[in-house]
Amino acid sequence: MSDTSTSGLPRILAVVAAAGFRRHSTYRQATIAGAFTNTMFGFMRCYIMLSVVDVTGQAGGYDRAQLATFVWVGQGLLAVVNFWTPPELAERVRSGDVVADLLRPVDLMAMVLATDLGRAGYALITRFVVPVVVGMLAFDLFLPADPLTYAAFAVSVLLAVLISATCLHLVALTAFWLMDVRGVTMVWALLSGAASGLYFPLTLLPDWLATLLWVGTPFPSLMQAPLDVLVGRGSAALMVAGQVAWLAVVVALARVVQRRALNRLVIQGG
Amino acid sequence: MTAVIKTSALRKDFTVWHKTGRLRRQRRVVSAVDGVDLTVTEGELLGYIGPNGAGKSTTLKMMTGILSPSGGQVSVCGLTPVPQRTTLALRIGVVFGQRSQLWWDLPLSESFSLLRHVYRVPAADHAARLRRCRELLDLDAFLATPVRQLSLGQRMRGELTAALLHGPKVLFLDEPTIGLDVLSKQAVRGFLAELDARGDTTVVLTTHDLADIEKLCRRLVVIDHGRVVHDGTVAQLHAAYRSRRRVVVDLDAPWPADLVLPGASVERVEADGLRVTIALEDTTAGELLGRLAGSVALRDLSVREPEIDDVIARLYAGR
Ligand SMILES: Nc1ncnc2c1ncn2[C@@H]1O[C@H](COP(=O)(O)OP(=O)(O)OP(=O)(O)O)[C@@H](O)[C@H]1O
Ligand SMILES: [Mg+2]
Repeated sequence: MSDTSTSGLPRILAVVAAAGFRRHSTYRQATIAGAFTNTMFGFMRCYIMLSVVDVTGQAGGYDRAQLATFVWVGQGLLAVVNFWTPPELAERVRSGDVVADLLRPVDLMAMVLATDLGRAGYALITRFVVPVVVGMLAFDLFLPADPLTYAAFAVSVLLAVLISATCLHLVALTAFWLMDVRGVTMVWALLSGAASGLYFPLTLLPDWLATLLWVGTPFPSLMQAPLDVLVGRGSAALMVAGQVAWLAVVVALARVVQRRALNRLVIQGG
Repeated sequence: MTAVIKTSALRKDFTVWHKTGRLRRQRRVVSAVDGVDLTVTEGELLGYIGPNGAGKSTTLKMMTGILSPSGGQVSVCGLTPVPQRTTLALRIGVVFGQRSQLWWDLPLSESFSLLRHVYRVPAADHAARLRRCRELLDLDAFLATPVRQLSLGQRMRGELTAALLHGPKVLFLDEPTIGLDVLSKQAVRGFLAELDARGDTTVVLTTHDLADIEKLCRRLVVIDHGRVVHDGTVAQLHAAYRSRRRVVVDLDAPWPADLVLPGASVERVEADGLRVTIALEDTTAGELLGRLAGSVALRDLSVREPEIDDVIARLYAGR
């Protein structure tokens, strides 16, 4: 679809990502409110999880410190890996404003992903940092000793952001058929929350169900994978490889769906 | 003279569903564009007008590659718009009056510098074009304002600039003056006139403000129900519809109702018979005056050129 020659494309996308960063930085109050809410819920989730550990000695194979890290870093990642914000593109398809996106000399999906990387970058230095620092002050967190673990975590988070953004792009593309994507968005929010490890570690589920989720869906790649990489539960290499595979799958799917969507293009409104 | 835009038998059908019962729906096909043949040569400034729902925006969407035609051919800058949309995007500029291509949350100036990168414009070219737009469109006062806080007129000047920063060969403008005040309209018109005078940009302009057309366009294409009903100059349109000049006279004594004027007809009598509008059909203003001078007490008079609104109204009404 894209006729843009590849020379210069990474540079364009870097600039678009930087713009995504700045766009989100203009919403200070929303950022503060979001960080505050996620921190409050962090306390709640952490006390509940730890009370389970106090009774049983462990929970889902995590000890106290690992679990506290799982909760607090999860509360931070929740804003970085986009779970709930409905995709902007869907609304733009509904209103017809998508014409402006289509009149750019750059592929639509590339623009969308780059913009989301910028958003994630801004969330990382604001909404990620706040709950993690508060959690560190209020609880004993598990902190990996090996610097490589942090590097692997960073890669895993980047992959999670890209997988999530691509899946949300798929959700948005359904707008070309459905116009109203609220239903699809809701199903996505429900599944991605429950099946990703965002609400509870997937290790609490029966083995067969957890395995099914890991192998059959991209959801664990969004949250459980980066968190397990960080607390050192399971093989980091295997989990990152799984994320790469899922990224390839969802990107390939999104390319096909986008091509179909643009072929049946009907822009709403005069 | 090379053709920059060429369409032949271009058409677009929309399928719309009508509810006819609780569950029954009826399918209806709307031919929004119904066989348009158009050739626009380099440097032309084309007025593309027609009543609401005539198919203007639909034509522009097909020319810019955001809507697939149902039939016929269209080529712009030698490219086929839909399959080559992202390549074509580098060579055209587009303003859809009711939409924005600017980044809503960012200051106008940041949208501009972002566009420079997205379109890979050399810094010097970008700076030169931006400087010209800043002068002609008076942008300086709101360059630092986030786009969402701009007034309609300010945003529209920003949109025009955004559409031109990459030096497009063709500019598509769909109602760029909609909702603008007199000064903003003048700024936009002056800007387009200057662009036209340079002669290197082809412009397709859609508008309902016929003053735009009169001031800017030598060539006028009128469409109705998806078909071209006129393609020529404004003067040719007047000739085709026998537009008439008018003489308005002010009198010292009321108009004598029985006065006969060969080759002219009285259109309106106002102000207790002291002001009369006479349309010239088969005579000249001089002949009419000679006849009037002998019969009535003339105080003042003025000759009015035919108005484009009138002829367009007659064109739309006679369909
Ligand atoms: N997405 C769509 N689905 C169904 N019908 C459509 C769609 N878009 C346009 N139409 C129909 O096509 C016809 C032409 O519409 P278009 O927007 O091209 O008109 P226009 O000349 O731009 O009118 P206006 O002056 O009001 O902007 C109209 O009858 C309109 O109802
Ligand atoms: Mg229109």
